[in-house]
Parts: sequence; structure tokens; C-alpha cells
Amino acid sequence: MSAVAPVVEMTGISIAFPPVQALEGVDFRLYPGEVCSLMGENGAGKSTLIKALTGVYPIDAGQILVAGRQVSFSGPGQAQEAGISTVYQEVNLLPNLTVAENIMLGREPRGWAGIDGRAMRRHSRELLRGLNLDVDPGSLLGSHSLAVQQLVSIARAIDIQAKVLVLDEPTSSLDSDEVEELFRVIRSLKESGVAILFVSHFLDQVYEISDRLTVLRNGRLVGDYRTDELLRIELVHKMIGKEMAVLDQIERRTQTADADQELKPHVQAVGLGRKGSIEPIDLTIYEGEVVGLAGLLGSGRTELGRILSGVDRSDTGTLAVHGRTRRFRSPRAALKQRVAYSSENRRAEGIVGDLTIRDNIVLALQSDRGWFRRIPRRRQDELTASYIDALNIRPDNPDALVRNLSGGNQQKVLLARWLATAPRLLILDEPTRGIDIGAKAEIQKLVADLADNGMSVLFISAELEEVLRLSHRVVVLRDRRKVADLDNDDLSVSDLLSVIADGTAPEEVTA
Amino acid sequence: MIKIITHRLFWPVVLLLVLFVVNLVAFPGFFRIEVKDGHLFGSLIDILRNGAPTLIVAIGMTLVIATRGIDLSVGAVGAIAGALACSIILDSPAPGSVTTVVTAVVVSLLVAVVLGLWNGALVSVIGIQPIVATLILMTAGRGVAMLITEGQILTVSSPPFKVLGSGFLLGVPVAVVVAAVIFLAAAMLTRQTALGMLIESIGVNPEASRQAGVRARELLFAVYVFCALCAGIAGLILTANQTAADANNTGLFIELDAILAVVIGGTSLIGGRYSLLGTLVGALVIQTLVTTVYTVGIPPITTMVFKAAVVVAVCLLQSPATGAAIRRWRLRHLARADRQAVA
Amino acid sequence: MAVTLAARAGSRSRDVLDVVRRPLISPKYGPVLITALLLVSMFVIGGIRYTGFASPQVVINLLVDNAYLIVLAVGMTFVILTGGIDLSVGAVVALSTMIAAAMLAGGWPPVVVIPLILVITSFLGLLVGLMIQVFGVQPFIATLAAMFLARGLCYLISNRSISIEDPFFVAMAQTPVPLVGTLTISPSAILAMVVVLIAFFVLHRTRFGRTVYALGGSESSALLMGLPVARTKVLVYVVSGFCSGLAGLLFSFYTLSGYSLTAIGTELDAIAAVVIGGTLLTGGFGFVWGSVLGVLVLGTIQTIITFEGTLSSWWTKIFIGGLLLVFIILQRLLTARRQ
Repeated sequence: MSAVAPVVEMTGISIAFPPVQALEGVDFRLYPGEVCSLMGENGAGKSTLIKALTGVYPIDAGQILVAGRQVSFSGPGQAQEAGISTVYQEVNLLPNLTVAENIMLGREPRGWAGIDGRAMRRHSRELLRGLNLDVDPGSLLGSHSLAVQQLVSIARAIDIQAKVLVLDEPTSSLDSDEVEELFRVIRSLKESGVAILFVSHFLDQVYEISDRLTVLRNGRLVGDYRTDELLRIELVHKMIGKEMAVLDQIERRTQTADADQELKPHVQAVGLGRKGSIEPIDLTIYEGEVVGLAGLLGSGRTELGRILSGVDRSDTGTLAVHGRTRRFRSPRAALKQRVAYSSENRRAEGIVGDLTIRDNIVLALQSDRGWFRRIPRRRQDELTASYIDALNIRPDNPDALVRNLSGGNQQKVLLARWLATAPRLLILDEPTRGIDIGAKAEIQKLVADLADNGMSVLFISAELEEVLRLSHRVVVLRDRRKVADLDNDDLSVSDLLSVIADGTAPEEVTA
Repeated sequence: MIKIITHRLFWPVVLLLVLFVVNLVAFPGFFRIEVKDGHLFGSLIDILRNGAPTLIVAIGMTLVIATRGIDLSVGAVGAIAGALACSIILDSPAPGSVTTVVTAVVVSLLVAVVLGLWNGALVSVIGIQPIVATLILMTAGRGVAMLITEGQILTVSSPPFKVLGSGFLLGVPVAVVVAAVIFLAAAMLTRQTALGMLIESIGVNPEASRQAGVRARELLFAVYVFCALCAGIAGLILTANQTAADANNTGLFIELDAILAVVIGGTSLIGGRYSLLGTLVGALVIQTLVTTVYTVGIPPITTMVFKAAVVVAVCLLQSPATGAAIRRWRLRHLARADRQAVA
Repeated sequence: MAVTLAARAGSRSRDVLDVVRRPLISPKYGPVLITALLLVSMFVIGGIRYTGFASPQVVINLLVDNAYLIVLAVGMTFVILTGGIDLSVGAVVALSTMIAAAMLAGGWPPVVVIPLILVITSFLGLLVGLMIQVFGVQPFIATLAAMFLARGLCYLISNRSISIEDPFFVAMAQTPVPLVGTLTISPSAILAMVVVLIAFFVLHRTRFGRTVYALGGSESSALLMGLPVARTKVLVYVVSGFCSGLAGLLFSFYTLSGYSLTAIGTELDAIAAVVIGGTLLTGGFGFVWGSVLGVLVLGTIQTIITFEGTLSSWWTKIFIGGLLLVFIILQRLLTARRQ
């Protein structure tokens, strides 16, 4: 390590959210003029550690030193004052205020007549220009795209002239040009001595920009490494430990080249689109088929899943189920045709937190039966017990409130809800995001089994290995358009990446 | 033990018992129930009878609040129902006949249902925030009631109508019977069918419910219609009790008492899980409080201050900050006990 | 690359129709502009229909008669901008008049009574704010309790009307302040406008004001941005309490009496004024000027009904209800478009 003193020194940090021990005895250091990446699977404790550093969570044990002085933050404002500036994963700005106001909130230039709006806008314009962003500082933040909002929040963090800059998944909404811009800024900040904490699940970006890697697993520190001394495969091993073997047990699925087998089209979309979210797309899903949907964030995968299942309404094109044209004006209409959508945002759109596991599982089934024909209690119990068993839901108490479950178990409950409706097309949007390896493997195996039994599945995921492992066919989206429809014939991750990157497939494209 | 203390209903029930004790001390005959002319009399009966209109409104309000809504128009709806009934009875050739009264009641309740549909439409079709949507009817509704009574207080003398307010059925006051019927109907309707769970679902997470196929729009209509119906019934009882329709004052502030009853009973204003039993306890607390003030001899005008004190006390006790403080105290207490045991 | 970003941010078209249309559909300015248009058109229609309606003195009388409501609406605007609500304002107005009347009748001088009332009502606001912030009680319930408390205290003081004869109060009530020509205005109205100006300055030119808007936008984001969320949330209720006290004083100048049954339902008038004035009840969007316009709209309805003569007073309630409906639907359309 460098001989310079660390600007942030966290030792023995422990934080518990009973019954979960989120962090235990973690040591962490940040050095000036260095980019450090915090690595770990979801649930490893990364965001807890960050929130401890930025004053959002109090620590149960351990100490934090900033520039050599011990600090104890009782709120984010204090962390900011101590010189720690943060860009959070979700854009945490105020959509009802202007761009300039958001950048300067809390630090507005003041004159004799109070806050000087003109000076604020001028300063903001310069700052944004430094990021090569041409946006009117007087415009409402909420009127801009998520990518622009993210860049504005980065501008704000930079402007605070901090000693430490924390970037939590800052590139999730950015395209490659914008990412390059961000890296340019990070490098220049590095030169002026700022310590930068960079968190991202895009391994390529991590390897491009960071000098050091700190790996967490299950709330504990695994180790501290220089980036140029650790191979990617070694990093992944450290992040997920020996559980990787479990994944290898799932057979890779490839298209059986059986020309005689006439697959029946189940759902056929022609020119289906929605203004502002997805361009008109043709897509056919056959019975018993798993179709993987790949693409970057913002490419329209979720939007496609939503209009196929009536969660959003399409404004162009037609949809046919088993040959009959249907219009899905609501999720209810789709469910009646046995098309189910499992949202990627399970907290906001999936689970009903204050209700029990049992209630959550039977919800869709009950809605279909109406208000007055209640599913008999015995049947509810049977159903719940069988899904708890099949999906290994923990705790196995059907009266437990879903909000108290871990992310992985919540996802399983959600899955059980849709499976209980016996769908013929199941659209899974990021079903394994934020879940530990064991649960991931279970869900993937389940998807494979369901397809074998005749269910069609549209599998949306950002993890290309996962998509390739499960899909018969992969559809690639880019910038809200379909750019490729490939049979999964020995496709590799790099093949997919090159299609996503510049739209050229190494093999023949079947549209 | 900690489970009982942190149960939603713990503090309200404790409060109720405390109030009973205070009453008993001031008036030893508090719990005595006599039977005169085949009718039940006593302080407890008075509490039940006087609290019946509030309870009825509170039952409807509970379901609305469970859907993350609120209905401020219940007082106005009650006033309209009362005004309409009295106006029909007065205009009829036979004000004392049962048929007239039944017609008046049915028509008033139908109008209440229409007003509930109006609220439901504003909230679920147009998507207006419930507090504002019902504020509109609350403001305009009193005006409509005055329109019906033409600015006067309509007095009716109609024995069948009077029964609703001060009559007895099998010895029990009619108002109490009506309240009991509504309570039981609501409880059975929501817990024996899927309605209860579906209502809670849209209150906890409306979007997740939508994606699960729950028919939120129809449910919202249903709860607002039910609430307006309850308001209409309560308005009729209040009017029948006075045998007069006062468009300005009938049911004044009843929405506040109803909301208080619901909140004291543990149902959160944020929506989601609700408890009709809690609302019952809450309504009893409020009515017993009012009665206690009379019994103990404190000037009745101070009732409002006491209501404020009760609301504040219950809210503070139910607040998560208090729960956390109790848990911390308990942990420290246990740690101290452990240390002493070791020493 | 930079060009792409700008293009994505929303291109500007320059045609005339757009210039007119855009402010109207902007969620920030749209509602207020529409209120202003409504007010103007009401005056035009009134001026055509009744003689003497559109005279300057009638306009000024609107300010004079509703000075207290303007101050109330200002306080309510602060609270609603943060996404909260204050149901106690009417009761606190009544309480202020009662305390004023009782103390003045008891021989206390105005120089003691007036500051004392403002301190008491601000303190009540502080208690409410603490209940909401520290104990997590919903603003609806907390201010409901405050309303009960204030109204109850009123009854405790007296259940009859107490008249005020103190010379200062009388002077404030009856001294006309000359404007241009024969137009006169009351000191209360001037005071109300001063309050509005101060509120405007605070909301737009101080960090406190910006934090108020931030709270209405997203409390969690405001917290993460390091803003003093807790302090601000409590302070807005103190502001509302102060404004309620001041409004009560202005009201007592107007009526020269203290009466515990006064101002019942006034909180709803204040809320209606704020909503009609374009402030969204969910918070984050709105201007004090809009709330002033809202009060003027309500006052104009009242004036029209007076001029009409044949309409009974309960039509006011119906009209206000109807107007509220129209505005809410408009706000809904404007914010829905944004998505």
C-alpha cells in the first residue's frame, strides 16, 4: 500500500439490523489520490458500509477516523461537513427544484437580498460544462432523463470540494460516452488528491478505473488488493466463495437442433410499442421456450416486459395469444390470459409488505376469483405450504410478514404468487437480482423445470451468464429497439456483449 | 409480556379501563343496569347509545382509511340525509305513518349512496387525493343540506321516526342495535370474504395490488359508498334523536371523532392493516371520556381539551419512538439484572 | 456527445403557441397562472353584470375584509409545501381573539398582550412540530389534537363573547389609511401584505425556504443531501402557529371581540385558498402569491353573491366546493401530463 496516511480509516465496524448482522468487524481505508472499489455480492454489506461512512447509519462498534480525527456522524449533513461527498445509487435529488438549485442546495451563494439566483445559475452552468453537459440550469430537474439527473448529482458531489467522493453505482443509467466523461472527471479529481470510493457491479468499469479493491462477503472483510495484482476470476471467487460450484451444476441450456419438432407459437407481438419507452417490436415466444432478454439498463427490457403483460399499455401494434388477438389494458386482463409479470422492483411493485406470506402468495389467485369467493383457508394453507417447501422460503412460517424477510425470500414469495396462477407465459424481470448464490441457483433451476413442463418464460436479466444458462433463444435490445434474435447455439457472453455494444452478431441473426 | 404491551390495542384498552374506574369512583352506580318497562337503562347503556352514531361513522371510516384514504364529508352527508328525511316527512300527507318514514329513510340512504359514488369517482377514476376530494363534498355538502332545509331547522313530530333515535328494540336502544348490526355486517363481510385482505392490500401497496390483478377501482368505490351509507345512517339517528334537521350542526365534527376512534384503535392513517375491533374500542374510549367529564362534574366545555389529551397520549404511546424507548429500557433493565445475578 | 445529451434533455421549440402554452402546463407555474386568469375573468364578468363591481375600492375591500385569511393562508402554504397540513388554524385564531379580549378587559396593555399571544401560538406550533417530527405522529392527527386543545382552551376562558374596547385595537379597526385619491385601506391589510412579502423572501431567498420546498420534493433525498430536515419540519409548524396568532389578532381588530365559537371551519377556507392558489397538497410546488390569489378568489365569490342579492348564503359553500373541484382536476391534469 502507499506510504501516505489514509484520509478515511474505519476499524472494527459492526452494524446489526436484528436479526441480521450486516457488518462485523470490518476494516476499511481510503487513501488520497486513489480510486478504491468496494466489491461484494448483494447482501455482502457494501451499501451498509457506505451508509456508515456517509452518516446515514450509526455504528454499533468500531471507530471512524477522517483525516486522522475520530468522528461520529449523527446525520448525512455532518458527514458532508467532514468532507465526504456522496452520489447514491438512486438519484437522491429533488425533482421539483431546478438543476441549479439541486446542485447548490445547502450551499447557495447569498447576497444582501438573500440567495442569489443568478450567481447560482452561473456557477452551475460552469460546473455542468466541466462535465460536458449542456443543460439549462434553470430547468426543473424532473423534466430530464435519469441519465442527466445522475450526472447532475455527480456535479453536485464534485462541487462540494470534498476530501472523499463516494460513488455508489454512478454509471447504472449512463451510456458508454457518459461513462468515459465520468472517468475523465474521476481521474482529474484523483490528481488533485481526492480519495474516491467507486462501487459498481460492472467489472470492466471497476478494472478500468480503480487502483485498489476491497472485497466484502457476508458482512465480513475478505481482503484488500491492488487491482493490477488480482485477476478477475480470482476476484469473483473471493466475492462469492465456494458457492460458485453450485452454479456449475445447472446444465447449460442450448437449443436442441431437432428440425422435426414443430414448436407452437404461444405469444406473438407484431409492432408492439409504447411511445417514449419502447419502439415497435416483433417478438414471438413459443410454448415451452425460455426466451432471454438482454441489453443494457435503459435499453427497454423492462418496458417490453411490461407492455407484454398489460402493466403498461402499448400504443402501437398487436398482440396475439394462441392466435387470438388480445388487448391487455391492465395486468388483470393479462392474468386472465395466463400471462404474468414479476416486477424487477419487488419492494415497490411486488410484495405487499404488511401482509403475511400466505396472503402474498394467494393474492393474484384471489383477485381472479373475485371478492366474495374466498379461497378456503385449508386450500390457502396447502398452497402456501407447498410453495414454501418447493422454493425453500425461510422463515417457513406462513404468518410471517413479508416485509421482514430477506430480499431473496421476498423474491421467492413473489415468484410463488405468480406460479400459483398457473401462468402459460411468465415474464421474470431480474428475478435473481440482489439474491445470494444459493437462492439464485434454486430460482434458475425452477425456471428450467417450468419450461420443460410447457411454460413459456421471458427471462430478463442483466447477468448475461444467467441468461445464457437458461435461454433457448436470446433477444437483444439496444436503445429501446430489438437488434438481434439469436438461437442459443453455443453463444458466449462476449458474443452477446458485442451484439449489445455495436449490434453486430458473430452469427446469423434470426429476426 | 412485551407482546401484550406493544399490541396495538393495549393502551386504548388500558385507557378505557382507567376511565371506567374514574367513573366508578365518582358514581358508584356506574356499572348498574336496570330494567324499566322492559327497557335497559344505565350509564353503560347511555355510553353505548350516545356513541352509536360515532361508531357507525367510524366503521365506515376504518375501511376508507385502510385504503390509504380518508372521508371528511361524513358530517355533511349525515346532515343531508337528515335534512332530506325530515323534508320528505314534513311534505307528506301522513307524517306519522310508518310507510312515510320508511320511504324517507330509504330515499335518504339512496342519496347517501350516490354521494359515496361521487367520492369514489373522484378518488378512483379521476385520481384526486382523498383528503381533497372529500373536502369538496364537506364544503359544498353543508350548503346542499341548507338548500334542502331552506335555511330553517325542520322539526318533525313523527313517532315512527323518533324510534330510530330514542326507541328500544328488545330492550336495547335502537341506535345500539343498528350499530351492532353494522359492526357485525362489516366484520363478516370483510373477514369472511376476501374483501378484507384485498382492501388491506391496496392500502399497503396499491401498485403491487394492481399488478396482481386486484380491482382497486371497484374496491375504492365500494368503501366510499359504504362509508357514505354509514354516514347517512348516523345522520338519520342523530336527526331522529333531535326530531329536527339542523343543516349546520347535525354531525358537526363527527368526522374528527370518527377518525380519532379509528386511530386510537390502532389503524394507521397511512393505510393497510385495519382493525374494526380497534375502532370499537376507540369509539368507546371517546364516548366514555365524554361521559366521564359529565359524571365527574367537570364543565362539559372542557371535553375538547380532554379529547386532545387522549389523542396526544395514545399517539405518543403508539409511536415507534416510544416502542423503541421501551425496548431500550427493557434491554438495559435485563442487562442490569444479569449483572446483579452475576455479582 | 455533448450535443446528444442536450438533445435528450428536451429541445426547445420557438413557435408562439408553445411560448404561451408551456407555462400553463408547467407543474410549477401552471396552476397559479390559471388562478390568476380565473380571478381576472371573474372580475370582468362581475364588472359587466353589476354596476360598481369592478371599482378599485371593491378590490381593496377584498384585501381589507380578508386580511386575516391571507395571513392564515401564508402560514398554511409553508406547511403544505412540506407535504403536511395544519387543521388547528381556525381554533388558534379563535383562541387568540379570546386571549386578547380577556386580557384587554382585565386591564393588560396591548404592548404586552400582542407579543404574548404570538409567543403562545408559536409555542403551540412548536409542540405540534415536535409531535410530528420526534414521535412520528401524522400531521393530520397532531394538528387535529391541537385544534381540539385550542378550541377547548377557548371555552375554558369564556363561552360568551367578550368585546374589545382598547383604544389601540379600536384604532387599528377603524382608522382608514388613505391611498390614491379617495381610496382607503386598513392597517390590517397593509400588515397582511407585509407578511406576504416577508414570506416570499423567506421561501425563495433563504436556505430555510429552499429546504421547505426540498421537503415537499422528497424528504429522504433532502436528508441525504445533508439538509436540516428535522429542524425545518418543526419550524414550519412554528411559522403556521405564529401566522395563526397574527391572523387572530387581525381578526380581533376586525370584529373587536373575542368569541370562542368564531372561525369554525376557517382552516378549510385556508386550505381551499392554498389549493386554489396552485399549491399541490402533496407538497413541493406552490407560491405564496398563489395563496393570496386563492384568498382573493374566495373573497370575490363572496362579493359576487352579495352583489347578486337574491342568492342565499349557503350557495357560497356550494360554489367554493365546485371551484375547489375544478382546480383539483386541473392540477391533476397538469401533473399527470408531466408523466
